[in-house]
Amino acid sequence: MKRSKKTEEAVFKILSGFATYSLIVILAFIIIVVFVKGFNALTWEMVVKTPKGGYYYGGEGGVLNAIMGSLYIAFGATIIAIIIGMPSALYLNVYLLRHKKTQNTIRYILDALWGIPSIVYGAFGFTLMLYLGLNASLLAGILTVALLITPIIVRTFDEVLSTIPKGLHEATLALGSTRTEMAFKVMLKQGFSGFITAVLLAFGRGIGDAASVLFTAGYTDLIPVNIDEPAATLPLAIFFQLGSPIPEVRERAYAAGAILTIIILTVSLTARLFSRQYSKSNIN
Amino acid sequence: MHTNEISMLINEQIESISTNHNIVKINNLNVYADSHQILKNINLTIPKNKITVLLGPSGCGKTTLLKSMNKLTDLYKELKVTGNIFIEDDDILHTTKNVPSIRQKMGLLGQRPFPLPMSIYKNISYGIKLKGIRDKKLIAFSVEKYLKEVGLWEEVKNRLNQPATSLSIGQQQRLCLARGLAVKPRIILADEPTSALDPISSKIIENLFRSLKEHYTIILVTHVLRQAVRLADHVVFMYNGEVIEQGSPNTLFNTPKTQKLKEYLVDGN
Ligand SMILES: Nc1ncnc2c1ncn2[C@@H]1O[C@H](COP(=O)(O)OP(=O)(O)O)[C@@H](O)[C@H]1O
Ligand SMILES: [Mg+2]
Repeated sequence: MKRSKKTEEAVFKILSGFATYSLIVILAFIIIVVFVKGFNALTWEMVVKTPKGGYYYGGEGGVLNAIMGSLYIAFGATIIAIIIGMPSALYLNVYLLRHKKTQNTIRYILDALWGIPSIVYGAFGFTLMLYLGLNASLLAGILTVALLITPIIVRTFDEVLSTIPKGLHEATLALGSTRTEMAFKVMLKQGFSGFITAVLLAFGRGIGDAASVLFTAGYTDLIPVNIDEPAATLPLAIFFQLGSPIPEVRERAYAAGAILTIIILTVSLTARLFSRQYSKSNIN
Repeated sequence: MHTNEISMLINEQIESISTNHNIVKINNLNVYADSHQILKNINLTIPKNKITVLLGPSGCGKTTLLKSMNKLTDLYKELKVTGNIFIEDDDILHTTKNVPSIRQKMGLLGQRPFPLPMSIYKNISYGIKLKGIRDKKLIAFSVEKYLKEVGLWEEVKNRLNQPATSLSIGQQQRLCLARGLAVKPRIILADEPTSALDPISSKIIENLFRSLKEHYTIILVTHVLRQAVRLADHVVFMYNGEVIEQGSPNTLFNTPKTQKLKEYLVDGN
């Protein structure tokens, strides 16, 4: 009896440890492949220049157009998604606290929205764009990506808010807080690290997604200066260049992938540091 | 100007007259859950500036009774509350007064502390600000006053900006008490406030209650018989959703009338 327990324990430990470490190895492997394959093309020029004539045949220039386009779209969409998503998650957990059925229905719908492939959002955004008489543009891209990532913000933040103990609600209300005060002065703070996670997930999904911007943001070698101008994006830059028969251009696709990875890691790290600093002075 | 001040004085006068006797009066209170009845026809009067102990085995409805008094039962859709609860002559189940102002008449101390996700200082100033006070000096003065009132000031005065969760559980519980007092309630509702605490912290809370009853009416839920004996001025014994006996501790503990209470006094630690 005792011995079989011990064996069970050892086997489980090895298996689960193996699963965990293989994930880390896979992640490292992906990053290494992207960086090694893109290494030759990963120059300063790549980051600070837009494509010049002949760039797509191995000529001069860089992907600054796609970097800026992606940043504009991802930040724009994330801001819209926060404006809609943060109050929604709070609403779910404050005003719908007593209404479990409504709560669950809304959660189910949000999960479904989360699960819809981004190409469907792309197609929907495209239809909406035509209906509104817009061209493929920064604005259309931002709106489509915002649609794609809002459910991510709501549900991720909601998951954290829903674990807040009832005792804290009761304590807050007992002090004479209104529900709105409870939402914004207490729940938001208590769930702040979850909120940051939600924003990061959404930002990462937004900046990395190709299908939603394919028809809506368009592609251009210029950096958009207006919201109604088309915008290039890194995922599409990777997509187009990877399809090239010219090896140098394919290397640039990996370099663009490396740049995208660096952006995501930087934003993620900064936000984590910020969140930790915040929590230190507020929660723990 | 003048008339305002005068009417304020008169109002205060009226308030103090009307609260001279029984600060809480409960008539025919029933609380129903979806499938069963949690509280059955509760009738109670709670004396002012005394410690009333609600005693009874767990599951008998003590917490629900406490939550009915500051309308926290509203948080549970499945609970239906009928009857009358008079808090300082306001029937809070039927009044049109806003709920936050009713709740501010009572400070709540739970089974374990739930500090707000903010600094020690802000945990106290939060409720003061809810009362509409904005003056920084006045807030700072009040924070110090209430931290002193619960004997926490010396321990935390150099770390007021640290998160409240950095305190020990016992300190957190006193912080929660101070936070409640800062809203200037008349009544303290305490639901087994020492059940998560070590003996020394429990002792501190008990001693605080003894001194606080000079200014506050305290309703203390406990299932610890010895704590009831130590603190009670008035005892309410509940069993299975009903109030079985109530009266002075002397009468209840020495000459229990019902079999249920007799058994409880023998078995309940
Ligand atoms: N929201 C609720 N829905 C259904 N039943 C409840 C609810 N809250 C409490 N109860 C039930 O009411 C009874 C009394 O609970 P409670 O007031 O917490 O007792 P006590 O504090 O004396 O231990 C228990 O049987 C409990 O299961
Ligand atoms: Mg209880």
